[in-house]
Amino acid sequence: MTRSSRQLWHFHGGLKLESNKAISTQSPIVKARLPKRLILPVQQHIGEAGALLVKKGDKVLKGQAITQSTEYVSAPVHASSSGTVIDIDEYPAPHPSGLNTLCVVIETDGEDKWTELQPTHYINTKSPAELRQLIRKAGIVGLGGAAFPTAVKVNPGPQAHIETLIINGAECEPYISCDDMLMREYATELISGCGIIQYMVSATHCLITVEDNKPEAIKAIQAVINEQALHTIEVVSIPTIYPTGGEKQLIKVLTQKEVPSDGFPSDIGLLVQNVGTAVAVHKAIVLGEPLISRIVTVTGEGVKQPQNMEVLIGTSMSELIEQSGGYHDDACKLIMGGPMMGFTLQTDHLPVIKGCNCLLVENTPEETPATMPCIRCGACASVCPAQLLPQQLFWMASSKNFELVQDYHLFDCIECGCCAQVCPSQIPLVQYYRFAKTEIWSQERDRIKSDHARVRHDFRQARLELEKKERAEKLRKKKELLEKKKIAEAAAKNDTPETEIDPKKAAIEAAMKRVQDKKAAKQNNNTSSDE
Amino acid sequence: MQFKTASSPHIPQQNSVQGLMFKVLLAMVPGTIAMIVFFGWGVLINIILASVVALSAEALMLWIRKRPIKPYITDGSAILTACLLVLALPQLAPWWLTVIGTLFAIIVAKHLYGGLGFNPFNPAMVGYIVVIISFPKEMTQWVPPLLEGYTQLTFTETLSIIFGGDLPLAYTWDAITMATPLDTVKTQLGLELSINEIENHKEYGGIFGSVGGFGWEWVNGLFLATGCYLAVKGIIDWRIPAGLIAALLVLSNTFALYDYASFTPPTFHLFSGGIMLAAFFIATDPVTAATTTKGRWLYGAGIGVFIFIIRTWGAYPDGIAFAVILMNMAAPLLDYYTMPRAFGHSWTEFPHHHKTDDDDE
Repeated sequence: MTRSSRQLWHFHGGLKLESNKAISTQSPIVKARLPKRLILPVQQHIGEAGALLVKKGDKVLKGQAITQSTEYVSAPVHASSSGTVIDIDEYPAPHPSGLNTLCVVIETDGEDKWTELQPTHYINTKSPAELRQLIRKAGIVGLGGAAFPTAVKVNPGPQAHIETLIINGAECEPYISCDDMLMREYATELISGCGIIQYMVSATHCLITVEDNKPEAIKAIQAVINEQALHTIEVVSIPTIYPTGGEKQLIKVLTQKEVPSDGFPSDIGLLVQNVGTAVAVHKAIVLGEPLISRIVTVTGEGVKQPQNMEVLIGTSMSELIEQSGGYHDDACKLIMGGPMMGFTLQTDHLPVIKGCNCLLVENTPEETPATMPCIRCGACASVCPAQLLPQQLFWMASSKNFELVQDYHLFDCIECGCCAQVCPSQIPLVQYYRFAKTEIWSQERDRIKSDHARVRHDFRQARLELEKKERAEKLRKKKELLEKKKIAEAAAKNDTPETEIDPKKAAIEAAMKRVQDKKAAKQNNNTSSDE
Repeated sequence: MQFKTASSPHIPQQNSVQGLMFKVLLAMVPGTIAMIVFFGWGVLINIILASVVALSAEALMLWIRKRPIKPYITDGSAILTACLLVLALPQLAPWWLTVIGTLFAIIVAKHLYGGLGFNPFNPAMVGYIVVIISFPKEMTQWVPPLLEGYTQLTFTETLSIIFGGDLPLAYTWDAITMATPLDTVKTQLGLELSINEIENHKEYGGIFGSVGGFGWEWVNGLFLATGCYLAVKGIIDWRIPAGLIAALLVLSNTFALYDYASFTPPTFHLFSGGIMLAAFFIATDPVTAATTTKGRWLYGAGIGVFIFIIRTWGAYPDGIAFAVILMNMAAPLLDYYTMPRAFGHSWTEFPHHHKTDDDDE
């Protein structure tokens, strides 16, 4: 295997966690049943929501766009199956806030009829910009969980030169296995997607990185690489340590380079994409299919039949649980995402969205041990992959010292949860950091607002000042004019002889100038003919 | 179905303050047993006494401060403070001395500053300093180690000395107590004797063992062993004891090489008095120590330096408590100047400077 030859590095801290992935990888990916109703939130990504293209009562086909992007950082949403739009209203969506959001509700007709697709058979016939446009129209977002519009990410700008494309199949969070299963079953599509992205950003190499606890996935990818005799795509097995799947941590492990705090991977010639995203890119370009489904891991001790499912976006989570054998009696917590960074949901009557990689049902009785004060043991700092001082951040965040907390690099915190996981005082540290970040953002918004108001106020003041000056000026001019008039009137009365001399003098001067001009012109002509 | 909500991470975790304190306490058992073996029942009696007082004071203060009593009283920190204090006290310290030290440690040094996690100074060391400054005479009631020719007190005799203050008829204070090796060296060096002469003196030479003070070398050896275990397990940070021992070794070695007659050898420094207890159990109190990795090296080394200075030129034979308190004061400063470089940031940003571009906007 090629993977042993590559030198790897370490990032600071991290945790070795019980992976618990095997419980959901025993059977192949199951296709979830076509639901009667699809609830599609118009905002499923980072950025601006698109504008609605449908109204209540419209018939839609599978893959038909129901919103279109109006902003650059945005992604459209497509109907996941054919049917009728029966409602457009605020519905609960999976979000930490638990708030309702605008959704398009489609009653499926059971035909699952596709809209007309436009596959691209030969990638090279299209320019990177055209391909980007296709990805944009397909509504692809990062499927690792962040849901950032992919079309934006694969456009690092004219200055950036991408040397290496990194395809992230690390999947470091315990329990989640959707990427593992995807790599096992869609290795060919994955390689195709990698090739397309590689072409788009003209990257010389492509590294598909997989944690060494997924040997089957590595084998499957390696087989495709060998079969197609690819030289620029390589699968790299990396040590299993959480959070090695974090973009910056992964880059550190592969290249020893650190992405600058205020920069992007493209600043150091790298682009990272999730494996699921690469497959979605393949589907969008080669098959012409927009992003209307994804693989979701339904797992945890609280669900009877843990498995991976291919799910249409908008399917209710409750249906997935039902198709996975239902809950055990002691199920008590439903988490979207992994156990380290996922957030809890109050109910399962929520639609699966593009960023939903895992539904984790926990049955561990929540024995909430009393939170003790921080004893400054520093366990948090020793596991922090961002090399921060979590306990200091905690002091500052809890005392609302929002300026100092930024000096201690709060915004470099990736909220991986390692610190909270090792804290002997059981302090929910990440919660404090999220609180501080939210507060700072809202203060920032307020500041921008007040800045805006101040600018307007200043402008008004300046305008009033100007008007005042102008009025004064006018008044002064009027007075001057009046005085001049007076003088003129007085002069007219005295009738001086100077006025008669002036025209004569002027006539003489004008004549002299004409003579001089003629002389100069002659000289110019002579010199130019000499040359 | 309705589910509970909670903040991530969602994996139940094993660490707890109680667990940490318990493990540290457990690691102190072998060394403490050695102390009881070599120096008599006084150690045990005072530990029990101090623990009872510490827990009572803790409960009282929690009640006054309207804090939940159960989680704090069971966290083990009060008992740990009591044990550390007692191990630093003379074995025949009268009961009221132990009580005053413990009360001061728990009430003033700990709770008046805000309780667990908020005290800037090591409570046990504060308690120790209070009693050594206030009651210097009682603080000399050290028992000679288990040696031939020295009287061994029985449990009841010890009990009556500690609580009654009266000696059994047959004894005088001079017969049952004697200066510690460190104290002896200090006094005799002042009398112009050389180290060699002191160690081989026919009257008190017996208290010197092969590497340190007799008995003390066992105590220190056991604290070293269990301390290393804690460090390997990550329960205490190894950098603090490493820094402390390294600094003490370097300094004592340098001076002993310069003049071996007037300066005690490094092995004697390390295996006399409470060095290993201080290095692995006292200085590693996370609340009052520095928290950064570099800061912990410096913090430990600073304590080592101060111990050497106080032992060599100071007024007290062992300077651990003062050294620890002095470095407690320096901990915030150490933390500030040893901030690690955050991921994706350059070293030039260090120490973090307040943003100046705000002013430009």
